[in-house]
Amino acid sequence: MIYSFLLAIAVLGLSILISLPLGKWMFKMMCPAPDLMGPAHRKVEGFFHKVIGRAAEADQNWKQYTVSLLIFNTIMFVVVTGVLAFQQFLPLNPDGQKAIEGSLIFNTVTSFVTNTNLQHYSGESTLSYFSQLFGIMWLQFVSAATGLAAVTAASRWLGGSRERNNFYLDMCRATFLVILPVAAIGATLLVLCGLPMTFDGAAVVHTLEGAVQTIARGPVAVEVIIKQLGTNGGGFFGPNSTHPLENVGFYSNIIECISLVIIPIGCVWMFGMITKHRKHALVIFAVMTVLCLVKLGCAITFESEPAVALHDLPVAEASNLEGKELRLGAGASPLWAVFTTCTSNGSVNSMHCSLNPLTGLIPLVGMWFNITFGGIGVGFLGLFTYIIVGVFICGMMVGRTPEYLGKKVETREMKYALPALLMHPLCILGGMAIFCLIPAWGRDTVLNPGFHGFTEMLYEFTSSSANNGSGFEGLGDNTVPWNIACGLVMLIGRFIPIIFQLAICGSLFAKKEVPETVGTLKTDTALFGVVIGGTVVFIGALLFLPVAVLGPIAEYLTTLVH
Amino acid sequence: MNTVMNRKESRRATLFDKGLVKTALLRSFAMLNPRTMARNPVMFVTEIGAALTTLVWIIDICGGHANILYTTLVTAVLWLTVLFANFAEALAEARGKAQADSLKNTRTQTTANRLSASGKLEPVNSSLLKSGDIVLVSAGETIPGDGEVIEGAASIDESAITGESAPVVREAGGDRSGVTGGTRVLSDQIKVKITAGAGESFLDRMIALVEGAVRQKTPNELALTVTLAGLTLGFLLVTATLYPMAKYFDVTIPLPTLISLLVCLIPTTIGALLAAIGIAGMDRALAANVLAKSGKAVELAGDIDTLLLDKTGTITVGDRLASEFHPVNGIAYEELIDAAVRASFGDRTPEGRSIIALAERELYGKIPRDDGGKVIEFTAQTRMSGTDAPNGTRYRKGASDAVIRAAEQAKAKIPPDVRDIVTKVAGKGCTPIVVAVDNRIYGVVALADILKTGIKDRFKRLRAMGLRVVMVTGDNPLTAKAIAEEAGVDDFIAEAKPEDKLAYIRREQANGRLVAMMGDGTNDAPALAQADIGIAMNSGTQAAKEAGNMVDLDSDPTKLIEVIEIGKQLLMTRGALTTFSIANDIAKYFAIIPAIFLLAIPELAVLNIMHLATPSSAILSALIFNAVIIPLLIPIALKGVKYRPMGADALLARNLLIYGLGGVIAPFIGIKLIDMVLAATGLF
Repeated sequence: MIYSFLLAIAVLGLSILISLPLGKWMFKMMCPAPDLMGPAHRKVEGFFHKVIGRAAEADQNWKQYTVSLLIFNTIMFVVVTGVLAFQQFLPLNPDGQKAIEGSLIFNTVTSFVTNTNLQHYSGESTLSYFSQLFGIMWLQFVSAATGLAAVTAASRWLGGSRERNNFYLDMCRATFLVILPVAAIGATLLVLCGLPMTFDGAAVVHTLEGAVQTIARGPVAVEVIIKQLGTNGGGFFGPNSTHPLENVGFYSNIIECISLVIIPIGCVWMFGMITKHRKHALVIFAVMTVLCLVKLGCAITFESEPAVALHDLPVAEASNLEGKELRLGAGASPLWAVFTTCTSNGSVNSMHCSLNPLTGLIPLVGMWFNITFGGIGVGFLGLFTYIIVGVFICGMMVGRTPEYLGKKVETREMKYALPALLMHPLCILGGMAIFCLIPAWGRDTVLNPGFHGFTEMLYEFTSSSANNGSGFEGLGDNTVPWNIACGLVMLIGRFIPIIFQLAICGSLFAKKEVPETVGTLKTDTALFGVVIGGTVVFIGALLFLPVAVLGPIAEYLTTLVH
Repeated sequence: MNTVMNRKESRRATLFDKGLVKTALLRSFAMLNPRTMARNPVMFVTEIGAALTTLVWIIDICGGHANILYTTLVTAVLWLTVLFANFAEALAEARGKAQADSLKNTRTQTTANRLSASGKLEPVNSSLLKSGDIVLVSAGETIPGDGEVIEGAASIDESAITGESAPVVREAGGDRSGVTGGTRVLSDQIKVKITAGAGESFLDRMIALVEGAVRQKTPNELALTVTLAGLTLGFLLVTATLYPMAKYFDVTIPLPTLISLLVCLIPTTIGALLAAIGIAGMDRALAANVLAKSGKAVELAGDIDTLLLDKTGTITVGDRLASEFHPVNGIAYEELIDAAVRASFGDRTPEGRSIIALAERELYGKIPRDDGGKVIEFTAQTRMSGTDAPNGTRYRKGASDAVIRAAEQAKAKIPPDVRDIVTKVAGKGCTPIVVAVDNRIYGVVALADILKTGIKDRFKRLRAMGLRVVMVTGDNPLTAKAIAEEAGVDDFIAEAKPEDKLAYIRREQANGRLVAMMGDGTNDAPALAQADIGIAMNSGTQAAKEAGNMVDLDSDPTKLIEVIEIGKQLLMTRGALTTFSIANDIAKYFAIIPAIFLLAIPELAVLNIMHLATPSSAILSALIFNAVIIPLLIPIALKGVKYRPMGADALLARNLLIYGLGGVIAPFIGIKLIDMVLAATGLF
């Protein structure tokens, strides 16, 4: 267990170290200062302007920016739907993948457009290389870039920056200047670790015993790195990063683990630099890190218990090894499980279904909050929603109408913040209610009875709504109801909050700035950290406590061996 | 119904005055009308819940259901919750009305002597007076309505509205021309132009503000209502979806239990008290004798960043007193005193009298006596006053620049050291008064400003709250600076003209600051209108009263500070009770969730950390706690949470500890105690 803790601390520490220069880089690339740009950078910027054309010159307000964002995503949706629907006619299909069922296409495209990467299919047996590269992987880049663009614009508005806001320009910068270079470095490292990177079809090998085995392969390294970096999570292979060709061993596991969190943490630093509220950003970072550490501590502790099924057996001495990849080490699994659900990533390196009941609660909690670093851009925006609510309630306690970064938080902001906040529980609890009522949709698709089955469904809705995409597994999820329900939940969970969050930022931007006095609630103190952390934990706990009790907690209590 | 209290009583009414409680109780039933309730989303949901439970209760009775006692109690407690909320609002309203009534009571109908266009006097009932009417009021008569003195001066007893018995002087032409209906003229006769007809006065407007029907939500109250509605929606979602989820485990949650959970979770505590908190803010303003024209103004007061305070009467006691004589070179000390005394013969102002008093002390009483010379009054143009002695000698005293200029114009020699003396005196924070005899300058009398006792501490408190205090004075910059430093204000406007105030306010506002000021003169009207909070003195002119958004009946310049504290307290109370309300939910979950599922999942007993007796008693205890906490918190809602002048962070930490952490812990104790009582009855 000590080893697991040390590993977790080391990986988190290393990630934070990398995120610092990365955040600076992101700031420089997303908000280039004309007089500080190098000649190469200037050329690239010029190229973006040329490619986008006149649209790049517009200074968009929040409404125009949001509309552009939605239009862009709609186009992506349509194009990739086309790619998947006609993959059997398209090139790069050495394994001859067939047509895909309609609701699965909907679910899959939605899943990748929304940066969720929930997979109700196994990549290697369903998708052609063309679909993988130009459908899935393309979306893994641009859906992550969409989040980064949104948080950049939001930060500019919150900081009162007069710099030009242009969605298309921000998208280009995010995709080509931030995500692509980082992914290139990461992919190279992964290839060095031994991940395959080829366009050849599946390898057919004869084993020593004389059996014939087909081993799926392909352009794995690039897709793995972007799935990790872009808080995507959709693996090349069905079993995701438990698969030996997606995650070869200890070092590839470390690289993939670090890749999970660095850009989301970088977003926080970037926010601080754009708004010039660096200490405030540090407080936000601290809140996220503390929550993350608490979850890590719980997950590792709970998982060090042996699985209940093995209780009283001679093997019970070991920690829970079910569903783990031993080549990565048992300690690497709770760490990954926490990281991947902190960040709305959703890739896995163990089967979450096999985690001990209380450990299984931790990823759920991570996705319910969805802000401990969170998805690229949207994680920060999610926390921002909590900040607005927290500031509103606690801000009054200093005897002034609440203010955030010098702007008054009033009725309009609350009207936007609450739907943004409540969309998440609405998707999860509403979905659960319907699937609990209709046994054919819910009960008949779960593989386990009772509380564990309930958790399987709960996890699926939570993962969809949080745009996480990890699967608890143990759920026959490739059914029409699941495909459509999860698809809708992913769309709502992704875009409705973004719209409202950008609306809040736009509304705050339009307000007159109130100068700070001793009477103003400070946003850069530990106390403010307590306020935000408290708001997140309280609201999260109050909304999700009943389902937590009915799922993992009841399972834990009922399987408890006295 | 209840007898109207007099002004003094109503300002100090106890929290649960018998008469007021009775009125409020009756009103809380009348407020059950769903149309009234719909204004408050949280309590409206509670009322719907109570109605649904009642329906279940009726069905249970008809069906002879076994668990009738439980349903009965749940129904009763739910209705009680709604009634408690209504009671809180009604009580705050009743208190406000009692205040207003005591003020209104002063406007008994009298017969006014209206001056008709032809100049004839005609008796008219005061309730028929219109704005613009001119009435004549003589000693012993009651002023028939709000207005402005346009002719004459009178001493007036305003105790009916202020509770202070000392008479005040109101006179035409100056900045003390405002009179209020219901006050009594003690001496002399004045002509009053009525400025507000019956039912249109500030008081009438204020009464409308505390009365439910017309009351509008203030911006922050509206934002909080939206927030609470949102949270309610969230908890509605949680409870509504719990029913099908329980079905998944073959558990059917009875409707009364589900509604109990809902009502416990939604922020009923703050929802019930929100309206009361707002009205109580207005009540407190009224109790401080401040009439606000809108609730918004009171709320806004908490946000004020900059305070413009007149020096005279606010920072210093109104009158300056002579403290030193400084003769110029070549003039003897006694000569200057003699001239100064002679120049002050006709001067009845406290300053003038203080010069004579100081002279008497300095010369041991050997000063000249009034020789009946011609008195030259002070005017704003000449800025000096004095006497022309019977022998023709002109004794003058006045503002340094005015006297020196007059001497220059008369081609008299200006003593070379006079300017140095003036600067030195001003630099000490005194006002230099230059004395001249036939335009020959004799020297300077220093008039010292005396700070009001306690004003320094007051400013210290304001600074702790993050406010900037700006002193406004007609003094020259040197004097102003010295007094500003002594009093400890952040900035000052010297030689202030009305335009300067306006310009200063605009500049502050351009920087995003909210500005409050107090004023009385017509000159102040533009600045009062521009300021975010403008308090006009009741004694002030009509223009000033129209321009401001509050009127201070006591005409007390320090009232501004009180108003700001009222505003801050109002917001803090809202924040504190919201936090408390939400923090309560944790304990309620621990009471209700295990209770609901205990039969189906016996292992959940571990979560019953309060060891509540039975599922029914657990749910009832949580629900009862949720209801009784409302009346228990009414005192805090009406009086406001304790306000201490300290920085934002210290305040927040303090309130978070009391209402946040306290809000988590209190219900655990409360629910357990109620459960023990319920268990002791043996019914559960």
